[in-house]
Amino acid sequence: MSPGGLNMDVRTQLGEVELDVALDVAPGECLALAGPSGAGKTSVLRAVAGLLAPVRGRITCGQEVWLDTARGVTLPAERRRCGYLFQEYALFGHLSAWRNVAYALHESPRAAREPRARALLESFALGDRADARPATLSGGERQRVALARALARRPAALLLDEPLSALDARTRAAASRELGAVIRDAAVPVLLVTHDFAEAALLADRIAVMDQGSVVQQGTASALAAEPASAFVADFSGAVVLTGEARRGEEGVIMVALDGGGELTALDGAPGAVAVSVYPWEIALARPGESMHDSARNHLDVEVVSVTAVGPRVRVGLAAPQPLTAELSATSVRELGLAPGGRAVASFKAAATRVLPR
Amino acid sequence: MRTAAGGWFAVLLTVALAAALTFLTLPIVAIFAQQPPGELISALGEEGALDALWLSLRTTAAALVLILLVGTPAAYGIALRRFRGRALLITLVELPLVLPPAVAGIALLAAVGPATLLGRAAQDAGLQLTLATAGVVVALTFVAAPFYLRQAIASFEAIDPTLLDASRTLGAAPARTFWRVAIPTALPGLVAGTALALGRALGEFGATLMFAGSFQGVTQTVPLAIYDRFATDFTAALALSAVLVAVSAAILLSVKLVRGPDAVAR
Repeated sequence: MSPGGLNMDVRTQLGEVELDVALDVAPGECLALAGPSGAGKTSVLRAVAGLLAPVRGRITCGQEVWLDTARGVTLPAERRRCGYLFQEYALFGHLSAWRNVAYALHESPRAAREPRARALLESFALGDRADARPATLSGGERQRVALARALARRPAALLLDEPLSALDARTRAAASRELGAVIRDAAVPVLLVTHDFAEAALLADRIAVMDQGSVVQQGTASALAAEPASAFVADFSGAVVLTGEARRGEEGVIMVALDGGGELTALDGAPGAVAVSVYPWEIALARPGESMHDSARNHLDVEVVSVTAVGPRVRVGLAAPQPLTAELSATSVRELGLAPGGRAVASFKAAATRVLPR
Repeated sequence: MRTAAGGWFAVLLTVALAAALTFLTLPIVAIFAQQPPGELISALGEEGALDALWLSLRTTAAALVLILLVGTPAAYGIALRRFRGRALLITLVELPLVLPPAVAGIALLAAVGPATLLGRAAQDAGLQLTLATAGVVVALTFVAAPFYLRQAIASFEAIDPTLLDASRTLGAAPARTFWRVAIPTALPGLVAGTALALGRALGEFGATLMFAGSFQGVTQTVPLAIYDRFATDFTAALALSAVLVAVSAAILLSVKLVRGPDAVAR
């Protein structure tokens, strides 16, 4: 249990599903709750915020006990100091942007509220939209107003429910970058709910994969992809995410210099800082030095880190040196003699390489 | 998709519209057309007419204050909670809506009339209900409150619950959430409900007559005064009717304005 962190262990019935979750998030750490819809991710956030009362459990944040059913302690939602970003942002339609933010500041002296609310909006590049009503704001602007409002009370924990899902693809890249900065700057525990593994890998330090009300596996994105504990996690932790810097190459292709070494070719994307995702089943492995005459444009020299069988499929964790995962058949693994510590060449087609702005 | 209504059907629509419009507006226009405006205004100068107007305004205002103060939190409570018998409770609250006014009057007499326990208790406490102005307020509240409650419950139910959740996570206790988020968000519906209750209270006739009687300056509201005069002084009855038409039109228009300029243009 981390001091100053968010610690929870709750159990409650949600309709057909039993929610049974124990989590520990350190200050400054971002834990993503990832999983399909109906897994109970949002219910975890609601339990932490006090919007849902678990039958049994204990939630502490720093020195404060927010819930302890054994001792009959339940702090009401308004006293838990959670910065909660709702999925559709839940801005108050009858209030302007700055009044939405100032709503969270009612404990501050009256005269201090407006300047602080406007300054917060300014820090999200929304200074000129401070007097606008939510209905007249774009999706991205609404998300930033909601974020500013959630941060206004200097929360003890930050809860983000699908922060990017209500945005269109173009807005999402910029919003994701900005959210990453907010999460890095927040010196408090951050819980992020998402159904998108790539988003979780990009924004969070650790991922807890949820299914049917419980956490089925926790770890870093690369650990989950490389060593999934179940077929469910293997399916869910589909895309592997690498980071790098993209530039335009010849014939319109995009060249990505990976952080830590290696270069990839992709067919579309824009120059700048990027995240590259590849599905493990798109990656083929060969022994080093064996020349490959295939259509794959991308070849990376890698070290084998782990070999994990999940049914007939085998996940091979690789260091490229960034973590990369390939999915092979057990037969291929045997024929290639893959074992931790060995070396291999990972190859995949440029067309299987997705480039996302970061 | 909207297609242009063609031929005989277009004619049918136009004729039906013209018939409906004529039937609904002709009686109202007639109130103003029967006598020259000067006659109407001088008829209002008659002492009893002004008394009735003043009494109607006072009692309606008092009833509305009661309805808003008690009805708003009550409606919010019903809208937020889910419990067994909730549908039955809402039906009971709405019942006076469909009650014939005469039945409402009898019901009030049976409940708080001078011969009843409650009526005697009120009298002992110095509150005269029957044949008194306070009785008019009771009658108006009884028949008008369901109009407001019904609308207010629906408006509170229509609020996105995450707005209320968001308010709580931003540090607002339930009471502050009610005042600062629920009421402003439901406001257009609450105003519409108020207008319906106002219109019903202003026009109340049967229950008032049976429960409070018709005494000039004490319980004789405008509708009772119109009834009182129409056989003897038709011009005075017309003048009072004209005032009620004007007030009702003003209520209708102001509701549409609150709901947005679009509602007026439409």
